[in-house]
Amino acid sequence: MKNSLSKAARRARRLTTCAVAALALAVGVIGVEAQARDKVTFGYAISKSGPNAGGADMTVTPNYELWVKEVNDAGGLKMPDGSRLPIEVIVYDDRSSAEEVVRAVERLATQDKVDFILPPWGTGFNLAVAPLMSKFGYPHLAGAAVTDKAPDFVKRWDTSFWFMGGSVDYTAAFADVLIAEREAGRINGKIAMISVADGFGIDLVKAARETFEKAGFEVSYDKTFPPQTSDFSTILSEAANTKADTFVAFSYPPHTFALTKQAKVSSFSPPVFYLGVGAGFPIYPKIAGGSVEGVMSLGGIDPNNKLNSDYRAKHEEVIGRAPDYWGSVLIYASLQMLEQSIERVGLDKAAVAKELSSGTFSTVLGAETRLENNQLRAINWVGQWQDGQFVAVSAKGGAGTAAVKLPKPGWD
Amino acid sequence: MLEHVVNGLVLGGTYALVAMGLTIQYGIARIMNLGFGDTIIAACFATFVLFTTLSINPTVALLILVPAGYLISDVIYRVIMKPLVARAPDEGALEVDSILVTFGLLFVIQGVLLTLFGGGYTSYTFLNTPVNVLGSVVAANRLLAFVLSLVIGGVLVVVLFRTRWGMILRAVALAPKSAPLFGIDTDRAARTAFAIGGAMAATGGVVVSMFQTFTATAGVVFTMKALIVVILGGKGSVPGAVVAGLLLGLVETFVAAYIDPGLTLAAVYTVFLALLLVRPNGIFGKA
Repeated sequence: MKNSLSKAARRARRLTTCAVAALALAVGVIGVEAQARDKVTFGYAISKSGPNAGGADMTVTPNYELWVKEVNDAGGLKMPDGSRLPIEVIVYDDRSSAEEVVRAVERLATQDKVDFILPPWGTGFNLAVAPLMSKFGYPHLAGAAVTDKAPDFVKRWDTSFWFMGGSVDYTAAFADVLIAEREAGRINGKIAMISVADGFGIDLVKAARETFEKAGFEVSYDKTFPPQTSDFSTILSEAANTKADTFVAFSYPPHTFALTKQAKVSSFSPPVFYLGVGAGFPIYPKIAGGSVEGVMSLGGIDPNNKLNSDYRAKHEEVIGRAPDYWGSVLIYASLQMLEQSIERVGLDKAAVAKELSSGTFSTVLGAETRLENNQLRAINWVGQWQDGQFVAVSAKGGAGTAAVKLPKPGWD
Repeated sequence: MLEHVVNGLVLGGTYALVAMGLTIQYGIARIMNLGFGDTIIAACFATFVLFTTLSINPTVALLILVPAGYLISDVIYRVIMKPLVARAPDEGALEVDSILVTFGLLFVIQGVLLTLFGGGYTSYTFLNTPVNVLGSVVAANRLLAFVLSLVIGGVLVVVLFRTRWGMILRAVALAPKSAPLFGIDTDRAARTAFAIGGAMAATGGVVVSMFQTFTATAGVVFTMKALIVVILGGKGSVPGAVVAGLLLGLVETFVAAYIDPGLTLAAVYTVFLALLLVRPNGIFGKA
């Protein structure tokens, strides 16, 4: 009995020793790891191939590359203690497949164990990865994603942040311009509207139908077209037949470019000509043969904002081409906010997310950029080509926007 | 009404133009080239580079790129396809093997283009001037595609049906096993056919780049469209490709005008299915 008691005590002692040793070892390893941290790893999955590659390559990837280069050139990310750690990046091609983007983000979180994950391009893809980002506790800075449901998503995934507003924001701001023009007697109350039967087009046209109806406009032509469409001559002639003074197309870049070329050929130039993604790309004027004056779209910049023009110059210098006039600057600003959050609270993901939602940041958008309920609200909703620049406009101008100039002149 | 007919024919001209090359490669060389669309895209980029950096007019670029397309396809056939042809026990095996190999070729071409040009949208403006055809306005670049498809289609038909050389090609298409008995070099005929297909892809690429925005990964859309036109027209039939291409253009335009632009794709597939039910080998296919 005594023997077994002492045996049990010995065993307990040995176990305790083992446990202490294990603990010490573990602490030691963590300590070593913390000491040996010589970099911060970032990962992202982006569409380098497939149908989304064009959009990702215009708006998102160059800004990731620009920002990483700038941070690393400066010695790395600044930590709260003033030290700097260089950024290392792991990139996967999601091949424009929703399954692939989810798999890649899961891999980044579980296998590569990166410190931060940057979001993919596109509304659908950001929604696809949002639950995962939330599950693994990564701040999700959804940049190139337009959604009216952002307030709901923020409740569901509290580490998600939405930078591009919702469809209703864009269509309501555009309707304000149209209402003012109608009241001034410069346009009639008819709108011809087409939309691509895919994510962006479906979302925007749904919001637009409601907004236009509420504003008392008659939508005289309202058709969707498949994403593969390349010839718009029939659609444009049908739209022209309705005698609407306003033409709206919620289109992706290939359609935006084709619509412009086709409208030029058929001399279709209504007083208000509003196109979707692509009209704010720097290559757009070249595609339109120079005559883009008056064409409207989403986004736009304030040419008098020096922060923005410096950013544009830097982008052109590093990447070799100018950023677009809509999403690029928002993506870049979101990265600056992440950078400043890390500088303030370190690499703890939860602390960074908290700082993002409550802090005030100095970004290319302005010296005091902050999120409201995890959403960026102070952005430009309507843009128009004026004198070779795609500027943010509103009905009367003011607050960083120029006054809209309508009717749009002819194509030549 | 007349306006839609003109628009439909002009649109269909593009389809016919990109499909003729594929139908020759498939019908005569027995190679189902899934990299066909990517060859078109490669030609689009080549035209873009010639136009923007060297200011070479795309119509002049045709004179450079069409022979280049012929030569490159000839080399591809010698290097990649010939071993397949040599070891395939029958036509069916060759078709399956060629599908697998050209599926790989698709990604090689795509990868090279992605490395060279990135994934962005590329476009330039050329001949985007209105031309009045029977009272309706069409873009000159699309009209060019239409005219080219008719001219090339016409020339090919004459060559295939009125020359000795064309007869040899047709003999190989019709009876590849018996052709050698008449002293026909089937390998050479198949290589020529494959190379002609490549040259036609280059032609399509040059013309398409004048009016359409393209990306390095957009080739599969062209392959799909061309495949539909080829099957609809009857594989190996040049007149079939032209007729089927124009028919699809007309269907798309009329559906867009009178029913709904959203149903154009559905209409194309409906026509496709309906025709195949009636004529399983396509409009000009041999029963």
